[in-house]
Amino acid sequence: MTDWLSPPEIEAILLSLKVAFWATLISLPFGIAVGFILARFEFPGKQVVNGLVHLPLILPPVVTGFILLKLFGTQGPIGSVLKELGIVIAFSWTGAALAAAIMAFPLMVRAIRLSFETIDSRLEDAARSLGGHRWHVFCVVSLPLALPGVVTGAILAFAKAIGEFGATITFVSNIPGETRTLPSAVYSFMQVPGGEESAYRLVILAVLVSMTALILSEWLAKRVKTVVEGT
Amino acid sequence: MTLSVDFQVSLPTFDLVVAFDAPSGITAISGHSGAGKTTLINALAGLLTPNRGHIETDGRVLFSSELEINLTPESRQIGYIFQDARLFPHLTVIQNLKCGRWFRRLPANPSIIEDIVTLLGIEQLLSRRPSQLSGGEKQRVAIGRALLSEPEVILADEPLSSLDTNRKAEILPYFEMLRDQLNIPIVYVSHDADEVARLATTHLRLDHGKIIAP
Repeated sequence: MTDWLSPPEIEAILLSLKVAFWATLISLPFGIAVGFILARFEFPGKQVVNGLVHLPLILPPVVTGFILLKLFGTQGPIGSVLKELGIVIAFSWTGAALAAAIMAFPLMVRAIRLSFETIDSRLEDAARSLGGHRWHVFCVVSLPLALPGVVTGAILAFAKAIGEFGATITFVSNIPGETRTLPSAVYSFMQVPGGEESAYRLVILAVLVSMTALILSEWLAKRVKTVVEGT
Repeated sequence: MTLSVDFQVSLPTFDLVVAFDAPSGITAISGHSGAGKTTLINALAGLLTPNRGHIETDGRVLFSSELEINLTPESRQIGYIFQDARLFPHLTVIQNLKCGRWFRRLPANPSIIEDIVTLLGIEQLLSRRPSQLSGGEKQRVAIGRALLSEPEVILADEPLSSLDTNRKAEILPYFEMLRDQLNIPIVYVSHDADEVARLATTHLRLDHGKIIAP
């Protein structure tokens, strides 16, 4: 692999994988919580929450990146507090993970919400009649039955996070070794004379990674479904 | 033990107004479909809140509009046997059986579990998943699951109606056994006259939300 790819290319790929991994891992609990709440509860302002979750899907990514920069930049309302605590997100790979997580969140929540919605809520009633409190019922019945959707959501989010470009480059720029993820690297190689070849290699890799993620998520979701339903 | 019931639920087409005492044994509630049987039993289970009234078991108030008490389904200690069994598809039979004990933090007590497993004749099924069980087997496991949660009252909503004649004959004796051996009220909803005749110690007929003479 080292013969085929140059060190900056490998660096970009590894960084993308790291960013996508953390983005998915950290956002997953939130994705499960939001997906469950949207699927199971009616409350005032539900449409607003739903809209906010889906906003990154519809907004131009550069706008999302700009908002993140204003909020989490060292001068921003959240960023300045974090800076006091010694945490700087802007222009670092953690910022890239945050941007990727937010951009991938709608996909994750959609898949998870759908799978909670397809669970027969009468099974949850049965669990309550056996003495299960809400949290028990969630852990023992709802979450395991929704697992295929959770797996799909996580893999889709991972794939989306690897490919995120617009919000990332706006928020954390394009610093080699720190925030130059695979898409940013493709963009950079396209700007320099003789960089076409590197760009092509990364493009092929991006297509491969995305396709693998899609196929894997379908396959895994089916596997988990069989295991969960015991058929 | 006696379950005392007196409440009203407003439904779109009629009001369900009921008052009765269910002593230990089987109180059968019959009536045509749409007479309000499932609504009645869901209100007892706490899955639905009556507009007004009172539900209690020997002084333990489960619901009272006057006292503003409305215990959640999980704190009523009422075992519910559903028409469609509602076993958890991702758990094995033994996990389904144990789950109520785990929810209620009851001691694991292998001998109680063994007794009920033997009583219901489901020893061979313990490691199976619900999808690998027949209708009658599912219903036997559902009975065991409800019993093992150590309820003070058992509700059964047409537990045999989705079974064919042979399977019904397979399950009926178990309800007779519950009636004769457990000293708790069992509220048993059915529209089948034979079933009611065979099981009921008390018989109530529901028509358009009112209890009429059987």
